[in-house]
Amino acid sequence: MTPEVTALDDGGLDGGSAAATQPGLTLLPAAMTFNQEHLDRIGLRGGRFVRISSLCSAIFKRFMTPASSGPLVNLNHVCFAYGEREILHGVDLTVHRGQVVAIMGGSGSGKTTLLRLIGGQLRANAGTVEVDGQDMGRLPIPALYALRRRMGMLFQFGALFTDMNVFDNVAFPLREHTALPAGLIRDLVLMKLHAVGLRGAAALMPSALSGGMARRVALARAVALDPMLMLYDEPFAGLDPISLGTIGHLIRRLNDALGAASIMVTHDVQASLDLVDYVYFVSEGRIVAHGAPTEIRASADPFVHQFVHAEADGPVPFHYPAPPLASLLDGALA
Amino acid sequence: MSRTTLDLWVGLFVALGFAALVFLAVKVGSYTDAPGGATYTVEAAFDNIGGLKTRAPVKSAGVVVGRVGGIHFDSQSYRAIVRLDLQRRYEFPVDTSASILTSGLLGEQYIGLDPGADSEILEDGDKLQITQSAVVLEKLIGQFLFNKAAETPTHGASAQ
Amino acid sequence: MNALLRRIGAMTVDGVWRLGFMARFFLALLRCSGQSFRRLPLTIREIYFSGVLSLLIILVSGLFVGLVLGLQGYDILQRFGSSDALGIMVALSLLRELGPVVAGLLFASRAGSAVTAEIGLMKTTEQLQAMDMMAVNPIARVVAPRFWGGVISMPLLAAMFSAMGIFGGWLIGVVAIGVDDGAFWSQMRASVDFRYDIVNGTIKSFVFGVAVSLIAVFEGYDCQPTAEGVSRAITRTVVSSALAILALDFVLTSFMFRGL
Repeated sequence: MTPEVTALDDGGLDGGSAAATQPGLTLLPAAMTFNQEHLDRIGLRGGRFVRISSLCSAIFKRFMTPASSGPLVNLNHVCFAYGEREILHGVDLTVHRGQVVAIMGGSGSGKTTLLRLIGGQLRANAGTVEVDGQDMGRLPIPALYALRRRMGMLFQFGALFTDMNVFDNVAFPLREHTALPAGLIRDLVLMKLHAVGLRGAAALMPSALSGGMARRVALARAVALDPMLMLYDEPFAGLDPISLGTIGHLIRRLNDALGAASIMVTHDVQASLDLVDYVYFVSEGRIVAHGAPTEIRASADPFVHQFVHAEADGPVPFHYPAPPLASLLDGALA
Repeated sequence: MSRTTLDLWVGLFVALGFAALVFLAVKVGSYTDAPGGATYTVEAAFDNIGGLKTRAPVKSAGVVVGRVGGIHFDSQSYRAIVRLDLQRRYEFPVDTSASILTSGLLGEQYIGLDPGADSEILEDGDKLQITQSAVVLEKLIGQFLFNKAAETPTHGASAQ
Repeated sequence: MNALLRRIGAMTVDGVWRLGFMARFFLALLRCSGQSFRRLPLTIREIYFSGVLSLLIILVSGLFVGLVLGLQGYDILQRFGSSDALGIMVALSLLRELGPVVAGLLFASRAGSAVTAEIGLMKTTEQLQAMDMMAVNPIARVVAPRFWGGVISMPLLAAMFSAMGIFGGWLIGVVAIGVDDGAFWSQMRASVDFRYDIVNGTIKSFVFGVAVSLIAVFEGYDCQPTAEGVSRAITRTVVSSALAILALDFVLTSFMFRGL
């Protein structure tokens, strides 16, 4: 007997059935339906799974109730400077629920700064950064932390806690923010690890993981609390093509499954154009171009063209500003 | 490392630490002055206290019965007033005498109490009437030389 | 001349700025300390790392310091014919000075540097930032337990150091040289006062524990997030801890043991 059990689709459960009827609110990737074999493999018995799914939806509701129907992230003419050094000059940017948005640009163009402004790690000098209708610039610390519980961030190199094994890393947000019993945390963590394909690596220490695996574990940790907004800082940097494809696929799938929005800072054009819904190009602290991937590919804008086709020279010059070489040589000869 | 091993080690560590403290407290140190409230104070006036210091022991029959609580100079009588903190459990008659003694030839100075014969006992705030000052070595030597000098002529006379 | 004055000025401003930053950091740490005691396993883990792992070096050094004190003390005291006072000398010098100070210096180089390195590396690898983004305050979760672990470990380590040193002095004096056993202990007991010597020594070691732990967590938290920055922070932890211990020792001694 192998009854097909879709995640959260258990009739007669308080909370469970209600959540399941709402479209786009499935906790696990829609494609991941569980049959008995799957459940056995994760080591879950049916009854237990039913309990978990009802609890998941309870957590889900607590953390994911949308506060407003407008865009999830809205940057309005944001300026930012580190002391004297100006990084951003008037950036406008909008991200809606369900979207995966890429912010692209060369190194030092201010895209990571943008991500930190959205995450509330930095505060804008002028303009407003709104996340879920709340102004990040004026949010007191407790409210900021409350908002961050509904955000997940993937750091460039994963930033796994090196003194804990993979399991404890993923369990960390659950243990810090919920009072769930140990058995339930175990089940939730194994589900998250299963979603990134690393359930078998639960007992490893981060030092034993490859770069791609570390990032997948970090991804599982970032989605542990089922966030409404995912931030990715260079998710593709330094990965081999297979890991790169895996991460890209996971980003898209998790976003759709969570009904969340994702913002990805990257300079990997080809990998990201395939999976995102919208692209912003940043150069020298300004948004120079934006549009859907098809528009970007067809764009005649010289900067976008240079970036997408990886040309050495163009609007972004090959040479750092310097006096003409001829004048230098003349001076040396004189 | 599992939680229980960690707890075990830390438990062992803390126990060892406290054991060391207890060892220091019991075997190495001593509670020379009992906690406040268990002492009573009497005063004694001396012409000269020599090298007596505060917290020097007060002994009777060689047993430490208290500590010197304080020393000050009384500008009316030009004498040194010494406050003695005696332990409650020791009682002395009112006609007890106090003298400043030295342990060994060059040792520290302490106060010796010689109990009298009165039936009344000393109370908090009483004054000791009979005191004997410290023996000052310079004076002793001076006296010795003076005596010698006084003796010399008779010796000389007998030799002649 | 102008450049020299400017450098002195810059150093002063920088020093005052750092001191102010450290004071604010300390306040933030104290405010976030509740969790260290509500979730005791966090602190217990740090007591293991800073206390239990320092145990061996503390006990061995304590023993050797005691052995040396026994030899030197006997050599000096027997010139005055008072080798019976060996116990007093060993016990007082350990309890009042050597115990807290040497244990503090060893603690700074063994545990303090490890704490700085750990926090510094967590900062370098963005673990602290990641924690902050997960709405977990890194000062409460990472810094405070390490601070309190150090503060709790240090007085215990100093007491063990002193006890071990006295044992070492006893080994040399009584067992090896042949000072009378009874005289050794009774003279020691007669002259070592619990409140005056032992409690004051413990207060000293507690103060050193606070200073070393604060310096260690602060340098780690404040370090430049590069390999070089972490190594510089570790050096600074050891150097500033040593200076802080010696300076504080002078101040505390002058308050505690001002001529009787």
